[in-house]
Amino acid sequence: MKKRIVLHFPRLLVDKPIVYKLVKEFNLEFNILKAEVNPREEGVLVLEIEGKDSDYKKGLDYLSSVGVRIQPLSEDVVMDRDKCVNCGVCIPLCPTSALKRNEDTFLVEFIQDKCIACGICIKACPYQAMSISL
Amino acid sequence: MRSISEINQKIKEGKALVVSKDELLSLIEEKGYKNTFKEVDVVTTATFGPMCSSGIYFNVGHSRPKIKLGGGKVTLEGVPCYAGFAAVDLFLGAGALPEDDPRNRVYPGSFSFGGGHVIEKLVRGDDLLLSASAYGTDCYPRKELKTLINIRDLNEAVLFNIRNCYQNYNVAVNLSDKPIYTYMGVLKPNLGNANFCSAGYYSPLLCDPYYKTIGIGTKIFLGGGVGFVAFWGTQHNPCVERTEKGVPKRPAGTLALIGNLKGMNSQYLRGTSLIGYGVSLSVGVGVPIPILDEEIFENVCVKDEEIFAPIVDYSYDYPQETGKVLGEVSYKQLRSGVIRVQGKEVNCGCLSSLRKAKDIASILKDWISQGKFFLTEKVESIPDCESGYRFKPLKERLK
Repeated sequence: MKKRIVLHFPRLLVDKPIVYKLVKEFNLEFNILKAEVNPREEGVLVLEIEGKDSDYKKGLDYLSSVGVRIQPLSEDVVMDRDKCVNCGVCIPLCPTSALKRNEDTFLVEFIQDKCIACGICIKACPYQAMSISL
Repeated sequence: MRSISEINQKIKEGKALVVSKDELLSLIEEKGYKNTFKEVDVVTTATFGPMCSSGIYFNVGHSRPKIKLGGGKVTLEGVPCYAGFAAVDLFLGAGALPEDDPRNRVYPGSFSFGGGHVIEKLVRGDDLLLSASAYGTDCYPRKELKTLINIRDLNEAVLFNIRNCYQNYNVAVNLSDKPIYTYMGVLKPNLGNANFCSAGYYSPLLCDPYYKTIGIGTKIFLGGGVGFVAFWGTQHNPCVERTEKGVPKRPAGTLALIGNLKGMNSQYLRGTSLIGYGVSLSVGVGVPIPILDEEIFENVCVKDEEIFAPIVDYSYDYPQETGKVLGEVSYKQLRSGVIRVQGKEVNCGCLSSLRKAKDIASILKDWISQGKFFLTEKVESIPDCESGYRFKPLKERLK
């Protein structure tokens, strides 16, 4: 199974080696989709994790136990269809092509599976159609 | 040759053939150019995009005792209105911001609420808070006013766009190494994206490039209701370079539009937030083009591959007004989603909604076909490409 999560590292954990243990001790493979340290020196890491369900659970328990806050990604960014005017100004900004134009209907489609919750569409949408649901 | 009164007679009898721009192009494929010209009476064109030079004027009626808002201070939902008129006439501009909005002090500012959003709420039928202070006179003694207002209670509420329907526009890119926040949207560094803002082949003034049918007095679809072309728009610039078929290759003609806000719909008047830039109002406009002769017909058939837009760097050339153009690109290429600029493939975004434009053209088509909307003869032409009329820069001077 494959899952996407957002990890928030408090300031005190930013310089500690932590996620490597997901591979070493919990047999999980991960792909880093996004990594940043914000001005408050907290780290944000967006990972796609692959492995057995039981290992995934243990791995996440470990992250929680050391103080990493875990946020599931699947329900993160949402599109308000009533607010969207289908202009498509968001399309070239999306780093993972989660927003694309349907060439038949000319509607802008949001493919949630591809979204890594980077948030650029939320800032860039002139109609406040994209938002984050926590 | 047809006249507008003949077309109106056919509309009255339910015999007029009215088609949207897309339907026109399909008809030509199906029946050929000549037959389509013979049959079609009206083609509906449309556009929907942010137009900051929009606003509303409205009359709130007199309070008891009376107050002279003219010369006083007035806000609607915290957004300042212009009150430099008589006692109870006000103007609210789409780009107005609440006084306490941080603007770009926290860069880039989010500009989440302003005049455009207040207009959208008013049209939607929301109650809005009007706050005012005035200096008081013998005939208008009151000095403070705080009340809810609603569009249904206003005497007049009129949308007035002093510039709309830009005939072609720039494609904005960013050559610098930092992201920039513009009225053309977020532009990523080093040619990270390219944004354009036109309905292209659906755009009214690109379908009537010489303003043969569109002029002062033309009746249109405006914001979901009915409006009129009031004048040519500000920054009207018809004498730019054109293609052989007369399509301007640079931003050219513009229209000033006016219409009763009370008949409009917030689906087609949307408050708009442009990060790092400001607020605006996106306005839906639909313009019927009567097929009076073959030249008008030939022009209305224009396709995206025949319309070219200039690519402009918004990190330096636009703000410094150098006039430099990095190249030209057709709307067909822009609509494909990828263009080439300086040898690099760049993904394109569009601020203007072609989807909404198509919806508007189809609504206007229905209005006309059902005999609810008749065409008008223009009262006066707007300056055309032979007029010598130009958009001039500001000459700064103190003497």
